Order: sequence, then structure tokens, then C-alpha cells
Amino acid sequence: MNIIISNSSQEPIYEQIVKQIKNMILRGELAENEMLPSIRSLARDLQISVITTKKAYEELENDGYIVTVQGKGSFVAAQNKELLKEIRLKIVEEKLAEAVDAGRSIELSLDEMQEMLKILYEEV
Amino acid sequence: MAAVLEVKNLTKKFKDFAINDISFTLEKGYIMGFIGPNGAGKSTTIKLIMNLLKKDDGEIKIFGLDNVEYEKEVKNRIGFVFDENYFYEELTVMEMKRVIAPLYKNWNDRVFNKYLKEFSLPAKAKIKELSKGMKMKFSIAVALSHEAELLIMDEPTSGLDPIIRSELLDILTFLIQDENKSVFFSTHITSDLDKIADYITFINNGSIVFSCAKDDILENHGLVKGPKEILDADLRKYFIGLKETQFGFEGLTENRQQVKRILRDRAIIDRPSLDDIMLYYAKEVQHV
Repeated sequence: MNIIISNSSQEPIYEQIVKQIKNMILRGELAENEMLPSIRSLARDLQISVITTKKAYEELENDGYIVTVQGKGSFVAAQNKELLKEIRLKIVEEKLAEAVDAGRSIELSLDEMQEMLKILYEEV
Repeated sequence: MAAVLEVKNLTKKFKDFAINDISFTLEKGYIMGFIGPNGAGKSTTIKLIMNLLKKDDGEIKIFGLDNVEYEKEVKNRIGFVFDENYFYEELTVMEMKRVIAPLYKNWNDRVFNKYLKEFSLPAKAKIKELSKGMKMKFSIAVALSHEAELLIMDEPTSGLDPIIRSELLDILTFLIQDENKSVFFSTHITSDLDKIADYITFINNGSIVFSCAKDDILENHGLVKGPKEILDADLRKYFIGLKETQFGFEGLTENRQQVKRILRDRAIIDRPSLDDIMLYYAKEVQHV
């Protein structure tokens, strides 16, 4: 698992961690029940304070992405499959909306765009 | 959570300087950086904690015990690293160890030898032959060899090169993998060790400016840069300090969100470093 922290970013470090772990869970790179590194070892490896990683894990837990078992560690929570699917659908929807905007700006017709989508879909 | 170090209303007066009623608390399992300019009272405070100086008033509790009444017990559980070398220069590393070891109840030779190896310290070299960085590592090896639960360090990084400083950082982060261990260190170089500090206590002119979680400090403060035209009396109130030049102004605020709402995109708001924060607070006091 990769977590990349930027020290020059405007975004607080704990938010960078939360966002990256959330993305890994949503993309399925971190599976249900998979164990996360401990708060202290994550802090050591990223060379940041324990409080920062603790705050990140607390937020992930509040949002239902992970569960922490006292004395055992933190694990990826069992995801609500319906909700997960909805989130993923929303991502697709957003990307398509972007494509529609880009297409409209050069006056592509719906037919032309459908044709394009069809080719791309069958290609991959 | 349990406090390992509790300083309450600590006061110590000298002829021309005083520690004024300072208070702060370090919880178990965390690292606290004690920062401030030279002469702010960092070493005096540490000497008071170690009972090397007698306080005038206030309370110091370590592991929940009074630091004077239970001095012996408390010191057995503390690892102390000084800025200056307090070992006998003419003794070798091993000879020095034999002098120190009996002073501690829980001395562990196996642990000490492990650190000697890890830090590549020459056992047969005389203390005076060690470089500054080596001496510091030797102090740390001693401090860690009696199962100390709290490591107190006075200016451990001063005079050390960035490579040794980074090694020290690794040692400390490794140490607090054990959540029962805590670290308290003073420094006036805020750039490297502060990466890993959980809490920052800032002392200036004998008084505590703040003592809070580092993340909160860095999040709430903002370094604002913009054109001088927008600086009116209302806006000035938000700044701890301001620098004005012919090209614009730069100022530190502790209310970053508020200032952002007021200024929107008329100014740039950067994340300040602890150095920036220390600079502005220290200057402000001088001006008043």
C-alpha cells in the first residue's frame, strides 16, 4: 500500500492520509477485513507525529471505512455493498458529465459521442 | 489518559530573569517539543524538572509523583540527555558505562551493548575522542539502557549535522513504537525534530505562549502575504506580527479561517513553519 505525503501541500497531512486510504478502499485495493498498519508504525514510516495518524484513523472510523479493535489493530470495515456500488456509479457519472461538457464545447452531437463511447468501450 | 509529565504554575525568579507561572502536560506515548529562542527559559525549566534547580513555587509531577519528594524513584525511570558533555573525558566508553550502570536500578547491559552496536560506537575509545554526534549517541544509549519510560533531552540537536539529526529522529520514532514511552525535548532548531513532535510547548521570555497539538497550531496559524492597500485597522487586529516593505506585507495570524473569509483571493495564505511562528511571537514581545 502506498501513501504519499506532501509537506508543501495546503491540505493538512491527516486529510491526505484519509483521502488516500479511502480511495484505496473504494477502488478495492484494500480488501474487507484487511489489516492496516498500526498508528505508531505508520507515523514512524511517514516520519510524522502519532497524533496525526491517530486523527486520520479516527476520521476513517467515524466515516465507517475502518474499524479499530482494542489491542488488535485497525481493519478495513465490511463495506455496505449497495453504498459502495452507488459511490462507484457516481464516479462514472461524474466522469461522463465531464466528457459531455468537453464534447459540447466543440459541438459534438450526441450520436457522435455515442459512437465514440461505443468504440472505446469495445476496445478495452 | 495518563500524564507522564505535569508542570503546574511553576515559578522561579532570578535577579534579571524569571520563569513566570508556567503550566503544561505531556501524556504517555507522545513526543513533546519544547521550543523557544535562546534565553527563553528552556534549560531552566528542564533543570527545574530534573530538580537541579530549586523552584520558588508551583508543582512538577512525573509519572504522577512529585519530582522532589520522589526524586530517586522518578529519576530511575527517566533517561536524561544533556546538551553539554557531562561524562569524564579521560574514560573510555566502556569505563564510563561501568561508572554509570550501578546508579540505576534497572540497568541492562544487553540493551546497552545493542545500542553501542547500532550506533557504531567504539567501546574502547575515550570520551574525548568522540565527535559531538557520537557523544550525543552515547548519551542516548545510556539513557535508553535502564528501561526509561520518559526521555528528557535538552537541546539534543544543537551542533549536530543533518545526517545525525535524522538518525536521532529515527531513534525517537522507533522508541515510541512502545506506547508506554514518552519524549520531552527542548530545541531552538525547529525544522527537523518537529516533524515527529505530537505536541509543541512554546516558551518565550519565561512565559508559555502556547502548549498544544502541533497539527492544530499549524492549521490555525496562517502566513498572510498581500498588497499594503488592504491593510486597514480592522484587518491589523488579526495579526500577531506584521512585516511591511515597499512591495507588500507579510503577517502571521492565529485565525487563518477568519482571515481567509475576509480576504478571499486578495492575499495569499501560506502554511507557516514553526520557525515562522516562533519568529513572529518572539518579535511581538520585544516590540511591546
